[in-house]
Amino acid sequence: MTESHPSPSPLSKKVEIPESIREVEPVRSIRSPVKLVYDFVPSPPVQEYLRSYSKKRILGHRSPIDGAVFVPPRGVDPRHGVLIDEVVELPDRGHVGNFCVTHLPIPGRDDLDTPYVSAWIHLDGANVGFLGLVAGCDNDEVHIGMRVQAVWKKEEELGNTAENILFWKPTGEPSIPPDEAGNRAWDHDK
Amino acid sequence: MMSAELTAVLGVGQTKYSTTRGDVSIAGLCREAAYRALEDACLDFKEIDAVVIGKAPDFFEGVMMPELYLAEALGAVGKPILRVHTAGSVGGSTALVAASLIQSRVHEKVLTIGFEKQSESNATWALSLPQPFSVSINAGAGGYFSPIIRQYMKRSGAPELIGCMVAFKDRQHALKNPYAHLHQSELTFEEVVDSPMLWNPIRYSETCPSSDGACAMVLGNEKSGDQAENPVAWVHGTAMRSESNNFPGRDEVNPLASRECAADVFKQAGITDPLKEIDAVEIYVPFSWYEPMWLESLGFAELDQGWKMVEDGTTSLEGGQLPVNCSGGVLSSNPIGASGMIRFAEAALQVRGMAGDHQVDGAKKSFGHAYGGGAQYFAMWVVGSEKP
Repeated sequence: MTESHPSPSPLSKKVEIPESIREVEPVRSIRSPVKLVYDFVPSPPVQEYLRSYSKKRILGHRSPIDGAVFVPPRGVDPRHGVLIDEVVELPDRGHVGNFCVTHLPIPGRDDLDTPYVSAWIHLDGANVGFLGLVAGCDNDEVHIGMRVQAVWKKEEELGNTAENILFWKPTGEPSIPPDEAGNRAWDHDK
Repeated sequence: MMSAELTAVLGVGQTKYSTTRGDVSIAGLCREAAYRALEDACLDFKEIDAVVIGKAPDFFEGVMMPELYLAEALGAVGKPILRVHTAGSVGGSTALVAASLIQSRVHEKVLTIGFEKQSESNATWALSLPQPFSVSINAGAGGYFSPIIRQYMKRSGAPELIGCMVAFKDRQHALKNPYAHLHQSELTFEEVVDSPMLWNPIRYSETCPSSDGACAMVLGNEKSGDQAENPVAWVHGTAMRSESNNFPGRDEVNPLASRECAADVFKQAGITDPLKEIDAVEIYVPFSWYEPMWLESLGFAELDQGWKMVEDGTTSLEGGQLPVNCSGGVLSSNPIGASGMIRFAEAALQVRGMAGDHQVDGAKKSFGHAYGGGAQYFAMWVVGSEKP
């Protein structure tokens, strides 16, 4: 260990690249994916919401101010800053408030073939929508106001998760007029 | 009541926007923009009182609280440094926070900067985080905005190719801006129309690129504006508003927060007819259809009529009455955290008469705009060549 190591000065010193790799493109950057695993502890209303999914039930919260129903239930009406404790059970039927035909794959969803339809699902009796996959028909047939119902996983596969609903399929019922579909159907003066 | 201190844009600095700035670190990128802004303002780092910095959420590049490590590169050691968070509108909000430090007479000269290094990040998937209480089905910002655009198309009855016209127009504008990321001189309108659908109805060519870049401004009080060697832009009005992105009765196409923000900023600036009184506009258009949508929301066009201003060339730099995004806009450069500040800075360059080849002749008043989140955070300013 007698050899001394002069401090490296790559900027001032010409670097000799070995003959064998001279034709190879220089590495300028590397991709190094990182992963962070953590436990998620939902708030009490969301815990109840997720547990009810395992029984194929969907819960919402009704605002004490004007009766608007929120799903998922968060325990508050963010418009008025008031707590909500009135739980309502919602049917697994509703309409497509709006949608996107997506041609890009999503990481972690290798099961989805592109293009697929992600839609804002507005359950009957709810006044906000949440995202869901629409399938069981041609993508071209999906439209604003289309009536849909949930297709659930098999009983033995049910867990405490919204993923219990595999997708939403058309019911064949008459569609809702576009003006009355989605969040915009709510009357402010109600 | 004491009135607010008059505030001026003394200097603007931008980096060349590109897919990968592999030759610099985040600090190097920011310092480049900051240097140029100081050079434009004929000032030195030591003459700056405080630094206000903004970028998209930390999990994009995975650098937690980057403002702390950037303090040295921005000459902020021993000085106040403030970080602003408002998603995609952050560049605009950051400029407004900096302006408020002048308006309130806390400081005399403030350096403000927004940046993003998308090459060290993956924004689409950063915006597609799985949440335990919902299904993982949304593919990035385009997946979120596509249904809103579909709703606009349906309710306005706009022709299907209006979005393509916006995209083609902005890419033509970008050819006149040396800092723009996309310089597609060979691009044809047909190629825009024929580009693949990503999030129907949004085509590939109707979306913004992923860019590395930083934009900085030096803001100063009335005295420093009066003493500046280069022309300055005077701030005539500033406003921020926000709303929740999902509530009963929400108008997703024309959010209430956007309308109220615009009404506030134009009232402050004494503007009653924006279309007649504003000479140049820089609005945040990451997806082409947002040009007509925002023109309506901001009051430049009647409801459901904004697309006609695209169709008849009103928003083109080539002789249009209201040139929109002369810089090429977000559709031609999108370093996310800087994109809002670029709008504000480009608006300032127009009224300073320093916008180069994309200058609107004789621009006296201009408008800068940014939005973020689920079209729920808004930041706007009006700047003028004369004092308000």
